[in-house]
Amino acid sequence: MHAEKEIHFRDAAAKALLDPQLRANFRRAMDGLITKRKAQFPDPRDLQDLRDLSTAIRSRSLLCLPELLEQLEASCAKNGIKVHWAETCEQANQLILGLLQAKGAKTLVKGKSMVSEEMHLNAFLESKGIEALESDLGEYIIQLDGETPSHIIMPAIHKNKDQIARQFSQKIKDAKYTEDVDELTAMARKVLRQKFLDADAGLSGVNFAVAETGTLCLVENEGNGRMSTHVPPLHIAVMGLEKVVARLEDVAPLYAILTRSATGQAVSTYFNLITGPRGADEKDGPQEVHLVILDNGRSRIYADPQLRATLRCIRCGACMNHCPVYTRVGGHAYEAIYPGPIGKILTPQMEGVGVRHDLIHGSSLCGACGEVCPVEIPIPEILVRLRREATHDDVGSTVAGRGTGRTATEDWAWRLWAGVLKRPALYRVATWFATRFGRALPANAPLIRNWTQSRTKPVPARRSLTERLRAEGVSHE
Amino acid sequence: MNGTKPKKVYFYGTCLVDLFFPDAGMAGIQLLRRAGVEVVFPDGQTCCGQPAFNCGYWEEARDVARTQVALFPEDLPVILPSGSCAGMMKVHYPELFHGQPDEAKVRAFSARVYELTQFLVEVLDVQLEDLGEPVKVTWHSSCHAVRDLGLKGEPQALIGQLANVELAPLTREYECCGFGGTFSVRHPEISGAMITDKIADATATGASLVLSTDGGCLMNVNGALEAKSSKLKVQHIAEFLWERTRAR
Amino acid sequence: MSSPNLSAPDSRTAILGRLRAAGDSGALPALDTAVLERRQWPAAERVTRLRKGMEAVHTEFLEATPADWPAVVRAFCDREGLKNLLYGPTSEAGAALAAAWAPGGPELKPYDRPVEAFKQELFGDIDAGFTGTVGGVAETGGLLLMPGSAEPRLMSLVPPIHIALLRASTIQDSFWSAVKALGWGHALPPNALMISGPSKTADIEQTLAYGVHGPKRLIVVLVDDLK
Repeated sequence: MHAEKEIHFRDAAAKALLDPQLRANFRRAMDGLITKRKAQFPDPRDLQDLRDLSTAIRSRSLLCLPELLEQLEASCAKNGIKVHWAETCEQANQLILGLLQAKGAKTLVKGKSMVSEEMHLNAFLESKGIEALESDLGEYIIQLDGETPSHIIMPAIHKNKDQIARQFSQKIKDAKYTEDVDELTAMARKVLRQKFLDADAGLSGVNFAVAETGTLCLVENEGNGRMSTHVPPLHIAVMGLEKVVARLEDVAPLYAILTRSATGQAVSTYFNLITGPRGADEKDGPQEVHLVILDNGRSRIYADPQLRATLRCIRCGACMNHCPVYTRVGGHAYEAIYPGPIGKILTPQMEGVGVRHDLIHGSSLCGACGEVCPVEIPIPEILVRLRREATHDDVGSTVAGRGTGRTATEDWAWRLWAGVLKRPALYRVATWFATRFGRALPANAPLIRNWTQSRTKPVPARRSLTERLRAEGVSHE
Repeated sequence: MNGTKPKKVYFYGTCLVDLFFPDAGMAGIQLLRRAGVEVVFPDGQTCCGQPAFNCGYWEEARDVARTQVALFPEDLPVILPSGSCAGMMKVHYPELFHGQPDEAKVRAFSARVYELTQFLVEVLDVQLEDLGEPVKVTWHSSCHAVRDLGLKGEPQALIGQLANVELAPLTREYECCGFGGTFSVRHPEISGAMITDKIADATATGASLVLSTDGGCLMNVNGALEAKSSKLKVQHIAEFLWERTRAR
Repeated sequence: MSSPNLSAPDSRTAILGRLRAAGDSGALPALDTAVLERRQWPAAERVTRLRKGMEAVHTEFLEATPADWPAVVRAFCDREGLKNLLYGPTSEAGAALAAAWAPGGPELKPYDRPVEAFKQELFGDIDAGFTGTVGGVAETGGLLLMPGSAEPRLMSLVPPIHIALLRASTIQDSFWSAVKALGWGHALPPNALMISGPSKTADIEQTLAYGVHGPKRLIVVLVDDLK
């Protein structure tokens, strides 16, 4: 197994922190999303009940996952939706390429799909001579600039109006410069309308797949999802294997908590339920619908009962909206498909905890994420577990890259720490030195200097509490 | 614990209070005594083990945790002047000792753990009389106190009893100050950005004092304030309450 | 001619095998749906709630009675100076509209052939589309549609204005109760959906803009059939 190069979140984050525009944009955007979400949950008991129900539904789905996936496949087949399975992104890409080539497709119009980002589908198709065009306005904006999404729900959240205006005027034919949001939107509508008409195929993600009915549920506000899935003759849907639920009624509370948690909307503009290609007597809709179920490391995460909770995620983005780290560094600093707290636990499990060790430690464990997660994923608890996995190779663990973040230095540091702290006599000696000579420790000593970058050195008291209590005869035993 | 007032409690200082905020520890003990409770401070206590636990060094954390638990054998409440350490002992010890031979013993210990202000309000229902001069303060809630222990309002309730104290809330009271233990030195830039925003928020309240339950937060806030030569000071809630209410 | 199944034959087996190997991790948690069940309102209040929820997202409402709704639709089209109105001639609502449609004025265009036959016209030359609904959702606001042969999918998506007929008596409490009431859990057509308002986006500096890809305007003709 080759040693993979570690990705240093600290460096990317430090760079992002120096960008005042980025910081202002994200702070404003996150504040807005936090406020909007809060307004949707005025009753704490109601919110907790909805969270509990949503958590139970997702937990049940995961407990029955293989059976539900088989049932989904059978129901879809009955409806005329062809189901394909891909273990890796490479397989998924080849699958989709095959479907497109079988139809002689040259253009693919895309509704929003984070799984397709995971697959790097666009770049792959471009390399095969097939144009993959984003139709979600946010995705369209970043595609014009060759960027990746910085948020899982609002991909262009890092961009300003004037940046977008400049882009549109440069990259769209006959477009004039305007910062008027309605005019910019109208420009995008016009360009993309023709693309919907002309596209040979449409691609979508799947918010929820219903096993019982063989239905793909899609949540959207713009209408590009419906366009991509109804207009072209071929519709391909891609989905992570964890997205299935048992019954259509199970989707209702998940949908309710998803839109409220994500953007503070009670409901999206469209909630689209696809249960088959164009029916025998229908006059529109695609002739073919395909579903690609992607693993890409999810089955490995599934194998661990504690870490499995990661797969409950319904991709609402509330965690990143409330994260004090994400708010300050933005999504690109994570150098991963999924940013924010969910990305912090998903990415290391997919790519390896050693490679992403720095990312796993890039959290103060404040818990703001877990507090708002609609399906109660205990993100701080999982982060601590992943920190363990990074530095230890425990018997029975299945985590990718486990133990590869271990260093002899850290091992010895904690051993020394424990050695002193479990021996009161040694602790007494250490604190005596700290209280008598602590202020002599130079501010630029290793580690200390990381603290003193932004703060003065902490100075120990002249006598510790233990010392004082012992002197006053208060301490016992 | 069934809500009746106990006659005797244990006090766990915590390593940060022991080394950096001993006055807060003393004040906490005084507050409990004045409320008519005998306080036992077992000698030999060191650290709850949280730093090692958070970094995945669980054997080392357990080693230290065991020695702490062994110091508190009697069925008495264990009071801590720290939301973070109380959270570690109450919420995370059961996780850390899951599957261990002494799991039951540790769980029994965890069930007796309280953060100080929580104990003062919920169990002792202390009544405070303000003997101090008018002052404006602001409150920083420690993340672990709020999210691990569910502490929301107990400290403010105590402050609210002090007639001459004006509480000017932070704009972002519940946002992390950026301490996070080893996070502050592993990711100093992010941590630095968080503490910079926190002290700007505190300064904007017009308060002269920042109060908190947690030594880590206090060290963090104080260090950043001092680095900017700010007039704003920090104080542990225990020390603040004791100083304002004790007769001279 | 169907597309080939292109999964590597062992992908499915491998994936399901790995999931099964993880083993059983406990009992299924119970589902307490009280939080959904308590979302219940009397009929008149359902109407008010639906209207409030949908107007908040820029849906426009026209009030009508069971007798006069075709005239209300016509009056709207006249007022707006619409050139034409796409409708489904074999749907109940479409047929009723056509029967009552006075000559002159906006041209009623039937969606009576596969879209391939008139795609350019549909995308370029239709001012508005008229559909019925199978119900509404009170809790959040929303219309429930089951597109099909009589009222194809693109009618409520492509034209810049969507006019939808909603009978007050068909408004359900919530999406959850609607799924049960309509039996959607057992029999869904290839496409069904909920629509709450005109198409929108907040992707540009979180500022709301309407009519991105779907209709710019959603007009609900609310028929008061509550007696």
